[in-house]
Amino acid sequence: MADEPVNTARHALSVRDLVVDFDQDNRPVRALDGVSLDLHAGRVLGVVGESGCGKSVTARAILRLIDRPGRIVSGRVLLDPGSPEQQDLAGLDPESRAMRAVRGGRIGLIFQEPMTALSVHYTVGNQIIEAMRAHSDISKAAARERVIALLHEVGIPRPERRIDAYPFQLSGGLRQRVGIALALAADPQIVIADEPTTALDVTTQAQILALLRRLQRTKGVALMLITHDMGVIAQMADDVAVMYLGRIVEFASVAQLFAAPRHPYTRALLRSVPNLRAAPRERLATIGGAVPHPGARPVGCPFHPRCPEVIDGRCTTQAPPEIQPGGSGASCFHATAEASA
Amino acid sequence: MSVLEVEGLSKEFPIRSGLLQRETGRVRAVQDVSFVIGRGETLALVGESGCGKTTVSRCILRALPPTKGAIRFSPEEGKTIDMAPLSRRALRPLRRHIQMIFQDPYASLNPRMMVGDIIAEPLLVNGMPAAQRTKRVRELLDLVGLPGVARTRFPHAFSGGQRQRIGIARALALDPSLIVADEPVSALDVSVQAQIINLLLDLQDRLRLSMLFVAHDLGVVRHVSDRVAVMYVGRIVETAPTTALYARPLHPYTEALLAAVPKADPALRDQVSAPRGEIADPSNPPPGCAFHPRCPYAQDRCRVELPVLREIAPAHWSACHRSAELSLRGVA
Repeated sequence: MADEPVNTARHALSVRDLVVDFDQDNRPVRALDGVSLDLHAGRVLGVVGESGCGKSVTARAILRLIDRPGRIVSGRVLLDPGSPEQQDLAGLDPESRAMRAVRGGRIGLIFQEPMTALSVHYTVGNQIIEAMRAHSDISKAAARERVIALLHEVGIPRPERRIDAYPFQLSGGLRQRVGIALALAADPQIVIADEPTTALDVTTQAQILALLRRLQRTKGVALMLITHDMGVIAQMADDVAVMYLGRIVEFASVAQLFAAPRHPYTRALLRSVPNLRAAPRERLATIGGAVPHPGARPVGCPFHPRCPEVIDGRCTTQAPPEIQPGGSGASCFHATAEASA
Repeated sequence: MSVLEVEGLSKEFPIRSGLLQRETGRVRAVQDVSFVIGRGETLALVGESGCGKTTVSRCILRALPPTKGAIRFSPEEGKTIDMAPLSRRALRPLRRHIQMIFQDPYASLNPRMMVGDIIAEPLLVNGMPAAQRTKRVRELLDLVGLPGVARTRFPHAFSGGQRQRIGIARALALDPSLIVADEPVSALDVSVQAQIINLLLDLQDRLRLSMLFVAHDLGVVRHVSDRVAVMYVGRIVETAPTTALYARPLHPYTEALLAAVPKADPALRDQVSAPRGEIADPSNPPPGCAFHPRCPYAQDRCRVELPVLREIAPAHWSACHRSAELSLRGVA
């Protein structure tokens, strides 16, 4: 497609054909079914989908945070792909020194609830200083200075005092700012943010999103932003991956996705978002049924039982072609027909 | 003619500290809140966490005793009772007329009861004979779009959206005069949320439901409400018919809320903005207008004098000293 921008930005991370299973009652349940995506320096990849689509599992698999009964079955997670330092994180021991250096070092992580990452027993400063010193050779005193500067950078008022506060002494918004500071402590090239504003009020959310955008631009990090909120995607993303039942069903630039979504699921999802400009008592377009359990994955296209455009005998039996890694488009027989027409 | 008239409602919680747990202060969670819900009308109470919207709903359900104010409820035409001073015992006959839809459909259904029994429970408590109950349960399941076989299944067999339908069926069982819905769709995925919003709209049309809809999502509120009351730090700061409130907000806080919502359109990125500062602490609210430390239009007067709700345009009330002179930005 000619309307897609050519991505010349440096690849920071490439995920290829990632498959993750969770064992349930001695039976493997497929949580990720061949996910491929690229993160680029200085760009924001939005990953959107409803619960159970695999967006958080993707993040956790990249960071090797999948615990039993989950496991990576196959696929690669390439850090610095194509460079002499290329590493396949999928092949590392999750507890290895190399993986620890990546987690929190090369890749920062921001959680929905910052208290997931923060301990109640230590001051904000101690925790960020520790994270900083775990990944670089720096004295405590120097680290403290840098943490104060970092807290200032993430918009915490009076950082020279707040550095000695305990997390519970801070509001939800300030805690998430601390969570962001913690993720940035080791100057990562990649940041993964998993629903970073879902637990926040709307005015705080707007502040945190603006902060993330500013930091991402000034530091040139590759940001992977996971959310269920199409508004947050429209606000933040450069490129978007739409996930459904463990697969990326559409990949597009943000402008393309909202102007001309190619997958029936994306179209339906966009139409079901409540609108601030709605007419009084305006009904929303709905998608019939609910997301199936991953253990009861439909054959053929996983969306076919809910799809208004299902082609009988085709979508119900054959899997639609996958999106080429690095390319854009939709994993849908209709979309491929369009593309070749 | 109204179903509910709330007048001057206040709710304070004591702050206790020290060994003797002596009262050292008070959180004014709700202050001087007044509103009316007409028959067949849906009023949305919106605001951010800690604004007092849930405390208001809990006072109306009398899950909390109000500190001050009147809660005049009309279960049927020509009959009005102030519930605020009533004892538990005196409230009992009124309870069936006000029903609740909860946020979390997982937590609000007994996992050990079959769905039919969950929905029939309020009918049983109110003495309906078994044969009638069975018939009514069928009707209710049909009304909320669940198959008849749901009756003999347990809640865990249902998805989040279906469980919310069960909760709605239970709330409707006794034909209540008023429904209080506290964030009924905020725990649901968007595709399911849309289904439940449409169901609520259908029920509003078919049953002429009167509803207090407590929510923080301004998009959802736009679809389901006839009127909106915006709360900030315990007080209603603006109330208006829904379309008017979104098109032309008269309170700077409402403007800030609307501007902060991420719009599902990348072309509108620049129109999203965040107000400065943080939500005020209700145990130590700023003097004057509680919004003044965050308000881009604040003047000296706003820092000292509490603004009262005034009717600036027909049915459009705002508690801002400058409502009449400001031209604020809406989303129409």
